[in-house]
Amino acid sequence: MIKLIGILIVAVGFGFRLNTLLVVMAAGVVTGLVSGMSFNEVMAQFGQVFIDNRYMSLPIILSLPVIGLLERHGLKERAEVLIKKAKGATAGKVLMSYMLIRELSASLGLNIGGHPQTVRPLVAPMAEGAATAKHGELPEEVKDDIKAHAAASENVGWFFGEDIFIATGAILLMKGYYDSVGMQVGVWDMALWGIPTALCAFFLSYWRFKRMDKRIERAMTKKKNSKIA
Amino acid sequence: MNIITIEYIYYLLGIITAFVAIRVAMNKNHPSRIGSTLFWGIFAFTFLFGKVVPPIAIGYLVLAMVVIAAIGKVKSGDQDETPKEERDKHAERLKGKVFIPALVIPVFTVIGSLTLGKVHFGKVHLVDPAMVTLIALGLATILAYLVAQVLTKAKPAAAGHEGSRLMQAVGWAIILPQMLAALGAIFSKAGVGDVVSKMVGDVLPTNIPFVAVAAYCIGMALFTVIMGNAFAAFAVITGGIGLPLIVHMHGGNPAIMAAIGMFAGYCGTLMTPMAANFNIVPAMLLDLKDKNAVIKAQLPIALILLVINILLMYFLVYNF
Repeated sequence: MIKLIGILIVAVGFGFRLNTLLVVMAAGVVTGLVSGMSFNEVMAQFGQVFIDNRYMSLPIILSLPVIGLLERHGLKERAEVLIKKAKGATAGKVLMSYMLIRELSASLGLNIGGHPQTVRPLVAPMAEGAATAKHGELPEEVKDDIKAHAAASENVGWFFGEDIFIATGAILLMKGYYDSVGMQVGVWDMALWGIPTALCAFFLSYWRFKRMDKRIERAMTKKKNSKIA
Repeated sequence: MNIITIEYIYYLLGIITAFVAIRVAMNKNHPSRIGSTLFWGIFAFTFLFGKVVPPIAIGYLVLAMVVIAAIGKVKSGDQDETPKEERDKHAERLKGKVFIPALVIPVFTVIGSLTLGKVHFGKVHLVDPAMVTLIALGLATILAYLVAQVLTKAKPAAAGHEGSRLMQAVGWAIILPQMLAALGAIFSKAGVGDVVSKMVGDVLPTNIPFVAVAAYCIGMALFTVIMGNAFAAFAVITGGIGLPLIVHMHGGNPAIMAAIGMFAGYCGTLMTPMAANFNIVPAMLLDLKDKNAVIKAQLPIALILLVINILLMYFLVYNF
């Protein structure tokens, strides 16, 4: 039971909005100490895993200089211009299309996307541009709503598409686990039984993006009306 | 033998991050010059020398970064975003061409990850086959940078300047994913998962097939929320709840259980700040005021999908 103290620290730390890094480190140190590790052992563990997982920071650090350079030269502005030419485009439809591409390509084993690579420079500005073209200048809350859903379209599309392809990390991990306990389970079986959930994830997102479009519509009509009044 | 290993890409990351540290150090008007220089400097050090320095030293350096961040000494200095008029002017000149470098990244990452791993001269591989996707992403980004440089005719320092500005905007959250991975490792080493699975098994009437399925799916989601990573949850919860109850006690199909169980875990990923690289870092990257806005956007999908997963697994796992 005492081993769960780390979870408690994380929950309390997040609850009190303490610095997340500090909360995480404290939870790790305390959990390590109560499980019989020395402080130095915990530090060594933190160091080792930190180094082993440097790849996690790779996409963001590498993309930001290029994306920043392009943004300086009008990438977002062009993305907005481009989407304004598409008749009938809405923020929700843009996100839906991105999610469809992301989920389908992921299910074929292709990883075309990511928050720094595509969401920030292309998807979010296009979705915002579509809404601006339709309703005029957007207030901050509406912009943030669209951006948050752009990030969601990336996550949902990638998570639930990726697992249908047999050579991805998730399937190989499951296979590796079953191998380690001496069970024969086929990779294709695991991949194909993921399809029903992947379809549900897609339709749920469709519903959410449609609702977002309605929300934007309402917010903008209200804004217009209040201006007239 | 591999000619290009991931280590080379890490050197590049180290150089970019060191550049941020140098820019901060040279900026006399920076709001917290010393702290931010140290933070980015140490981060650069982990990329450049992470392989040769003993883990315990890295651990203490990471502790130093955490302390600097916790006392509020990691701040963003360069706020000078390029003015809108100038960006519009460039946009007018470059038109659609500005998209080319942005598209080079995903397109060449895909091409590279499909081909580079297969190039070898006898036993010598061009790139490390185990790391091919990440190396392909690295090379695609370098190519995109070169294309962008040629197209925009910007000063060579411009990319460094913009990269530094954007990285400082993300701030200390940039190391959060790596920190959470470390916490996850300590949790599993300490056996937190076993305690959780045992509690679930003791408290719930898992001799009812539906309860076993619900316990497994909710266990996956909950443990992923705690760990921030469905992969870490999988071995623990499958070993603790899935195999003994669903497969051995009730005769369920292990392939279906794993496939849907992992998705139940992903529902957890969508709901947790612990999955920082998916939920928190993007919020910083997109300048969202509410750092939990991405999680809030995903919460309805995640909860409904979790219920769907439980029902799907219940109907499928015992019948096929």
